[in-house]
Amino acid sequence: MPRYFTDEHEWIDVAGDIATVGITDYAQSQLGDIVFVELPAPGTAVEKGKDAAVVESVKAASDVYAPISGEVTEANAALEEDPALVNTSPEADGWFFKMTIGDASELDGLMDEAAYKEFVASL
Amino acid sequence: MNAPNKSGWKPEMQVADDGFAGGPATTTGNRALMLEEPLLFEIGRADVTGVDLPSLDPARTTRLGGLERAEPIGLVGLTEPETVRHYTRLSRQNYGIDLGFFPLGSCTMKHNPRLNEKMARLPGFADIHPLQPQSTVQGALEVIAQLGEWLCKLTGMPGVAMSPKAGAHGELCGILAIRAAHTARGDAREVVLVPESAHGTNPATAAFAGYRVEDIPATPEGRVDVAALKARLGPDVAAVMITNPNTCGLFEKDFREIADAVHAAGGYVYCDGANFNAIVGRVRPGDLGVDAMHINLHKTFSTPHGGGGPGSGPVVFSEALAPYAPLPFVRQDESGAFYLVEEEHREERGPSFGRMTAFHGQMGMFTRALTYMLSHGADGLKQVAEDAVLNANYILRSMEDILHAPFAASGPCMHEALFGDKNFGGGLSTLDVAKGLIDEGYHPMTVYFPLVVHGAMLVEPTETESKAAIDQFITAFRAVVERALAGDEGLKQAPYYAPRRRLDETAAARKPKLAFEG
Repeated sequence: MPRYFTDEHEWIDVAGDIATVGITDYAQSQLGDIVFVELPAPGTAVEKGKDAAVVESVKAASDVYAPISGEVTEANAALEEDPALVNTSPEADGWFFKMTIGDASELDGLMDEAAYKEFVASL
Repeated sequence: MNAPNKSGWKPEMQVADDGFAGGPATTTGNRALMLEEPLLFEIGRADVTGVDLPSLDPARTTRLGGLERAEPIGLVGLTEPETVRHYTRLSRQNYGIDLGFFPLGSCTMKHNPRLNEKMARLPGFADIHPLQPQSTVQGALEVIAQLGEWLCKLTGMPGVAMSPKAGAHGELCGILAIRAAHTARGDAREVVLVPESAHGTNPATAAFAGYRVEDIPATPEGRVDVAALKARLGPDVAAVMITNPNTCGLFEKDFREIADAVHAAGGYVYCDGANFNAIVGRVRPGDLGVDAMHINLHKTFSTPHGGGGPGSGPVVFSEALAPYAPLPFVRQDESGAFYLVEEEHREERGPSFGRMTAFHGQMGMFTRALTYMLSHGADGLKQVAEDAVLNANYILRSMEDILHAPFAASGPCMHEALFGDKNFGGGLSTLDVAKGLIDEGYHPMTVYFPLVVHGAMLVEPTETESKAAIDQFITAFRAVVERALAGDEGLKQAPYYAPRRRLDETAAARKPKLAFEG
């Protein structure tokens, strides 16, 4: 299952027609303890690079951007009860939402894991 | 001043697990005359009251139509001395500007001159009601008119709305006037541009007024990216909201160029004037091309701030927007009498967009702000800005050798100095420095804002602190920062000497207890 990364520290997994989106381990470590996550409702159309969710930590509230355009199919209900999942398991159980892939070519501009690692090291 | 004791006495530095320095724990939990205080619900009793109420006449009927409460509401009773002591004890655990230096960046916690308080308490200002006949409150109306006139003069703007109740309310007032102006010319624009260096309330205001908000990036120097902003302008952009001086503590030097470009594209320029104290008497925002700007009287003009009193956020307007200002406004008739222009004055009200508030605004704050202006005079107000900027630069240059100052090379800062957490050792963070400062007897600076700087620390000394007070703060700040750079593990446990040790902010946010649980 290929995984891509954005320079805004989101990750996106592609499995067939559906992609899963979350924030990276680096992002959660920078935000600190996550206290609240606001997720888009299923059916919401999201646009590449535009706000899709909000993540709030003890330090700040930050927008989470859609890595590609498409329609939200499912939001991670577990985050409502336990936002700490984003800290403990950012790149697995702490996923944010699943979405359709509006235009697969939008994935081309994203980073793979090696490129993202290099990008984080440069910050 | 938070002075070290001249005799050389210092508290015992050993700290036991229970947080007590030195000696044994006390039975009461009190530490000499610093008293612990339980919650009201823990000390109150249902059968006690501080007032002697007449007993109910069982024959008396009410006019509540059966809606009267049948059950007791479960509030506890206290005697009057218990009540007085409860709040006095709590107030001793609080920290305020009357107690010490309060360098909270972006908030401008400055001294509230006692002359302001004396004037505001004059019965002619303090004991009046907004529904009194206007002929009986001529003095108060004149204060509103005069203050508005001075605000226009200081900002170089022809119109003013006095009723907005605080900064963000003023922002909404300005944006609603912009919307009214666009609507009047049949121009439905949807987007408001907000740079990263603006106050966080700006995008919230624009969204609340129904606009779509788009970010404009900041340059590495901490100012608005003018090229990016110009590239985004177009027939859908209603306004640009810029904070000047901005939240990086920098003056937006290209403001005139930005304003001209926005006007050429048919938009309006909103300036967040929260930081006006850095430029009052030196720069007139009207000359920069501003169309609307709020002024926080509690920041620039020294009215109480931060729980000490209500805010007040008058808005000044350009020629283009002034006709849309909200009701009511004070005018003077031919005989010299002051009166309020309200809805019923159909001709005089013009295209005003309506009302923001029931009445005229924060009268108590108007009196204080006008007192501050008149007691300083034009030369004094100019010095306010100069001293605020001088004090902030003194702190910036006194700290930059040990503390990361990302925009130090961008030139002098304005009224606040911005630092980041680079090079801290042992996993220590900005939060640890803030808690360490509490032990030193200071309210911490603003932390983790603005977001453009990692682990931001925003320090605003204001013009009301003496050099001696600032020197002492710098000594304490440097000592705590040096511990952070050295990776001093002890700092992670700070504060040691506050009434409570470090609070669990995460648990408080994730699982807040919002009601007393007995």
